[in-house]
Amino acid sequence: MEYFSSVYELKCNECGKRFGNRPLSGCPDCFAPLEIAYDLEQVRGKFTRESVAAGPHNIWRYAALLPIPEGFQPDLPVGFTPLLRARNLGKRVGATNLYIKNDAVCFPTLSFKDRVVSVALANAQKFGFETVGCSSTGNLANSVAAQAARLGIKACILIPADLEPAKILNTLVYNARLVRIDGNYDHVNRLCTLVADEYSYGFVNVNLRPYYAEGSKTVGYEIAEQLGWKLPDNIVCPMAGGSLIRKIRKAFNELITLGLVEDKPVRFFGAQATGCSPISQSVKQGWDYIEPQKPNTIARSLAIGNPADGPAASKMIQGTGGWAEDVSDVEIVSGIQELAETEGIFTETAGGVTTAVTARLIQQGRIGKDEVTVAVITGNGLKTTDALAGRFTHLDSRAVRPRLSDFAAYLEELDGATNQKPELEPAGAY
Amino acid sequence: MSFKVILPTAFVRHTDGQKQLVSTAANLPGLVSEIDTTFPALATQIKDENGKIRRFINIYVNDEDIRFLGGDTYAFQDGDEVMLIPSIAGGC
Repeated sequence: MEYFSSVYELKCNECGKRFGNRPLSGCPDCFAPLEIAYDLEQVRGKFTRESVAAGPHNIWRYAALLPIPEGFQPDLPVGFTPLLRARNLGKRVGATNLYIKNDAVCFPTLSFKDRVVSVALANAQKFGFETVGCSSTGNLANSVAAQAARLGIKACILIPADLEPAKILNTLVYNARLVRIDGNYDHVNRLCTLVADEYSYGFVNVNLRPYYAEGSKTVGYEIAEQLGWKLPDNIVCPMAGGSLIRKIRKAFNELITLGLVEDKPVRFFGAQATGCSPISQSVKQGWDYIEPQKPNTIARSLAIGNPADGPAASKMIQGTGGWAEDVSDVEIVSGIQELAETEGIFTETAGGVTTAVTARLIQQGRIGKDEVTVAVITGNGLKTTDALAGRFTHLDSRAVRPRLSDFAAYLEELDGATNQKPELEPAGAY
Repeated sequence: MSFKVILPTAFVRHTDGQKQLVSTAANLPGLVSEIDTTFPALATQIKDENGKIRRFINIYVNDEDIRFLGGDTYAFQDGDEVMLIPSIAGGC
């Protein structure tokens, strides 16, 4: 269960010890989370704008900077999602250079988790795991189940019992073994560390986590490439474990080191739900640690009350001159609706968090209106339709007789109702 | 009064393979001093330079994070089950 790579290996960021490549997520000496360290000189001259352009239209165009074992043949065309100029949303929130990185349409399971799972499973196969799994609030479960099915590996997935039905169904359909745990995500996660100790399972976000987390870098590579090999001024990113936001920065730094983009300061802004905001609180208080919280929010895909990468994410955000904000459940729903109405993108609750926080940061003046700002949308609204329950009275409206006059009368009725409808509360206005 | 302490595999190289200990300590600082005496190598591993439990180790009492129960001031109860677990960042 080990392999050698001359380009990358596990390293403890706290004590600096290196561990080769094996299924291990924490430093056996100081218990800090391990990360993958690269020898970038080995890929200098090989990883260029031209080599990337010649690659496939998916994350594997960046394979030289991913921890992919030699000989691995990528199969699924994961990633390379659209980066959209958000003119309408920008107009509404007062920004002229706003972009949406739209992972609501990531392949194959409609969330950015497809990126991390594909890198984790490449390593799971190399390490010889016959069963893979994860602790999940849904998106990760969907992706592990789907990609394990494709690779012919067994999957065992642990989730909090109260998960949205759509996310449960979207896991079961791939014939994964699903275990509902009576507790919140932090309870599930803790159980997974114990299970990983006892069973020979490759948990993508436990013992395979360093490999998994590197998949997040592809969001950063894509943003830079899609902006014409330029870095934005600001990134607004949702935070659960606190990994994605740091990996986007790692990606930017690698591109700077290798000369693919010009060096420039990028400020990182973190987005959380107020009902689970340990990292946001840490940033606001200027702490280098986090105080754990008991999550209580509709943004369940962000509901990690005790994120181990939280201190590092907080430190990084503060170091770039960024900030973190958190928004209420009401604002999250407004954010979902605002993104849908303005840009035609239906995101899940986490995307509502990001949209509402982006609006607030612009309103606060923390993000300048003409600065190039990318808001990272990580999941699809079809998985969390419960969040919008009761929002649309049309769902229960009467059926209209198939006659032109009835249709016209009905439109008049609707227009009357619409005119009386109060304006949608702008996201981030609280 | 006594309670059980459950250790992860990463710790057992310092406890002669024992995955469970029985303790009578009054609270968390008491438990740390007890480990100092019984398994000094383990104590070195789980403490930082200030003698506090390292920040990447979480302590649970009957499924609850000890920080929600008062941390160092929590008084262990008879029959408690205490777990020491390296923190995991997860990812939903």
